[in-house]
Parts: sequence; C-alpha cells; structure tokens
Amino acid sequence: MQLDDLYRRVIMDHYKNPRNRGTLDAEAVTINLNNPTCGDRISLQLQVEDGKVVDAKFSGEGCSISLSSASMMTEAVKGRTYEEAIGLAERFSGLMKGEPVEFVENEDIEALSGVNKFPARIKCATLAWNALRKGIEQQHQHE
Amino acid sequence: MNIEAVREHFPILHQEINGHPLVYLDSAASSQKPRSVIDAVSRYYEQDHSNVHRGVHTLGSRATDAYEGAREKVAKFLNAAAPEEIIFTRGTTTALNLVASSYARSVCKEGDEIVITPMEHHANLIPWQQAAKATGATLKYIPLQPDGTISLADVEATVTANTKVVAVTYVSNVLGGVNPIKEITSIAHRNGAVMVVDGAQSTPHKKVDVQDIDCDFYALSGHKMCGPTGIGALYGKKALLSNMEPIEFGGEMIDTVDLYESTWKDIPYRFEGGTPIIAGAVGLGAAIDFLEQIGMDEIDQHEKRLAAYAYDRLSTIDGVTIYGPKENRVGLITFNVDDIHPHDVSTVLDAEGIAIRAGHHCCQPLMRWLNVSSTARASFYLYNTEEEIDRLVDGLLKTKEFFGYAIG
Repeated sequence: MQLDDLYRRVIMDHYKNPRNRGTLDAEAVTINLNNPTCGDRISLQLQVEDGKVVDAKFSGEGCSISLSSASMMTEAVKGRTYEEAIGLAERFSGLMKGEPVEFVENEDIEALSGVNKFPARIKCATLAWNALRKGIEQQHQHE
Repeated sequence: MNIEAVREHFPILHQEINGHPLVYLDSAASSQKPRSVIDAVSRYYEQDHSNVHRGVHTLGSRATDAYEGAREKVAKFLNAAAPEEIIFTRGTTTALNLVASSYARSVCKEGDEIVITPMEHHANLIPWQQAAKATGATLKYIPLQPDGTISLADVEATVTANTKVVAVTYVSNVLGGVNPIKEITSIAHRNGAVMVVDGAQSTPHKKVDVQDIDCDFYALSGHKMCGPTGIGALYGKKALLSNMEPIEFGGEMIDTVDLYESTWKDIPYRFEGGTPIIAGAVGLGAAIDFLEQIGMDEIDQHEKRLAAYAYDRLSTIDGVTIYGPKENRVGLITFNVDDIHPHDVSTVLDAEGIAIRAGHHCCQPLMRWLNVSSTARASFYLYNTEEEIDRLVDGLLKTKEFFGYAIG
C-alpha cells in the first residue's frame, strides 16, 4: 500500500486551494448531503440555465479526498448539460471501481483513481458526485 | 500481568498489516477475541448444539445448560441478585431499546421527564428521543462541564420530581471519562426516577457491581469484552422486569396461546422471543471466564497505565488536541491533529499497520458540543503495550510530516 498512490500532488493542490468553494444565490439548486458514517457534509449549489449547469459552488467539511473531489467536480461540471453532468458522475463511479475512464473535461479527476485501492475512502470521494446526481435529478423533476 | 502471555491468547494480533506488525487500537469499537472464546463457540457447534428449552433429547439439555450457564456467568460477573435478572440481547443497543420501548413508554406521560446527557452514544440517545416523542414526555439534558465531566450539582438541578427515567453512560466512548454513576443513581432514586446505565464501555474495562451502584437497568455488549458479536445483555431489577411487557412476540416467550389472547412466560424468557443467541451466549460466558482469569482489577490498572502514558506522549506532539478529562479515565484517547482530517490521519496510520477509529463515533451531539465534525480515537485493551503507543506517536509524527510535505 503506497500512500503516494492516494495522495497525489494534484489532489493535495485541490485540497490546499479548493476551486469553487463558497455559495451562490439562494435560488440556485442546493443539495445538502452527509456522509453519516463519518460526519462529513457537503452543501453543493448549482446555477442552471436552459438545461445547463452554468455555475457550481460547494461548502462543507471533509477530508483531503472529499474536498479535492468536490473541487474537481465543480470545475468539470460547469457548462455541461444535465445529461453530460450525469454522464460525468457515472464515469466517476467507474473510476472508483477501477475502470479505465478518462476525463477530458478535467484531467485532474483521473488522479483520484488511486482511491480505488483504499476501499474505506471511496465514500469520501463520491460524496460530492452523489450531491451532483441528486441536484440534477431534483432539477429535472422540477422542470 | 504478563503482557506477552496475554497477547499469546489472541491469534489475530500476530499478523502484519501493510508490511508492519499490527497495532490494534480500536477496541472501544470492538475488541479482539482470545482463542478460548473462539474455541468455545466452535466446540459448542461441534458437540452440543440444539435448540434450547424444548427438546427432551440429550443435545437439547446440553444446549440449554450451556445457554443458562452463560446467563449465570453474566449475573455473577455483574453481581446481579439472580440469573433471571439477565436478559440476553443482540447488544447494548437492543438492551437500551428494550427499556425505552417497554418500560419508558408504559410509564411516561405528558409532563414527565426523561433525563440524559449530551455525551451519550446514539444508542442511549435516540431510544429516549423516540420514547419522549411517543409519550409526550420532555427530554432533558444534564449539561457537561468544559472538560467533558458531569457535575453532581447539574444532575441535582436537572432531575426533578417529574423525572421518570435517568439514562447515563458509565464511561463515554469519546471522552473516556468515568462518570459518577453511583451518585447519579442516588439522585435519580431520591426523585423517584429509575436509573438506566449504558455499560458498553465500562463492562470490558473495570469491575462492575450493579447492586452496589443500585442502578435499575444496565446494558452491555459482548463483542467489546472479548466475546462474539451479536450478543449482549440487559440487567434489570427483578421487581421492574416482572412488571414489564415484552416488545417482541413469538415462540419461546409465551405461556399459553389462544386464538385471541396469549400470556407470557416469567422473566427473563418473556423478553427473549424466538430461538435465542445460544452460541453467542456461550462465547460471552467464555469471555467472562477469560477476563476473570486475568482479573478485572489487573485489566483496569493496565489500561490506566496505558492511558496515562498515551495522554502524556500525545500531549508532547505539536498540534495535537486531546478531548476529555485528564484524570479518572479509561484507556482511550480521542484527539485531532491540526489541519489534518481524522480520515487522513487514519489512512496514514493504517499504512503503518496501526488501526485507529476516525469519525463521529456515533456521538453527533457530542461532536457538536466539542465543535468538531469528527475526531480520531485510539483505544486500548488488556493486550496493548506501551511500545504500541510509541508506534502510534511515531505514526502521528509521520502523518504530520507527510501532510506538511504534501500540502506544503
């Protein structure tokens, strides 16, 4: 077990300098999710227009893996249609299962492939992505 | 206590994890099992198993003797007045739910109070929340002192003549402090309330005498005291248990069954519906034999030494915050490392072969009281050594170094 497989430089960079950390207007789609096994929580906000995510921000508490994953996800999801956003989340699930998937939207995400070797940490990595799925589904039903 | 001899009893300890000898510091979550417990469960299944309390055949008698023998061991271990005051349950959670669902829901009404503390494990908190909601009783909290202890003046101020139940943990699974449970019991009784003690974290580590405490109910889990998972017990005073209704109905717990009415067996059987946890009880009995052979006072002393040593050593690390009182604690240390999430601490330690717990420890209200979202926790048992604490300290220094380097 190599720690460097998990804690890659790009992950640590997102952890130290998270992108899109903050809040959007109250009208934005807001999803609050907990990881009940450890107490971590994320509040994800999505600004949607004409079937597209135009902005995304997150706040909350978590470990290096969950915060860096949220940071990367918010970068990747901007400008995506709902379908593309769900597709991203599905590809991320594949990454967690060890599948060879690519993220042309944000290659940083591929650095999280090492989480697959640390099963106890997969829930940390997927928290933000589960919030994304929930938010898109919520908005889809609303429209 | 010869620690090397004690460690020899635990097969699981003698292995490498990620290339390092295992250092198991998560016994407050679940303890490891000595060979004698593992063998007792196997032997029971290989030689004595049958259903209990019904077959006339020989195996039926052997299984019944084994199961009832385990009940007697638990009763003696807690110094209960009689074996029928011991009800076997799935664990502490089930035991506390039984008291809340059967006793509290029938006794409490609007205007009554149920008193607990913010340091309770979810298992000694949610059952009372639910009982209060169902009955209209008010749920009240004894406030905590800044160091996480309970002051008897606060107990006096919170418990009133309207209080029907006081439920407090003997030892906090996060703060590690030993609560003045005998004194709290006496205040509860003076106000006419029954006293329920969560013994999940006390029973494995110190001598418990329920008659001396004079508590009305006491709950424990087998798997935290060298026994198997899936077995625990509720102690209840006979006079109270005898007047309580069962909450599970079915086989094993009935006296007569008619088409529209049924009657119940005496205690403890009326609370043990269905085929009981026979092998689990046998394993718990073997665990008690093992602990008594080592000696509960010996175990208590050993853990106190480890706790003091760990407290001192962890205090010397820059950026480490320890939660809970310094004095009068059991062998567990809950802490955080500045700027490093407990998950990350735990993953780096795991790479060194060291198992600790990271999370909210089933104590979300207490986490909010501590103003943290989660913590790390190292917990010790009779098989841990000072060298293992040294490895923990080295591991924490390495964690700081790794994260200091990684995030620059």
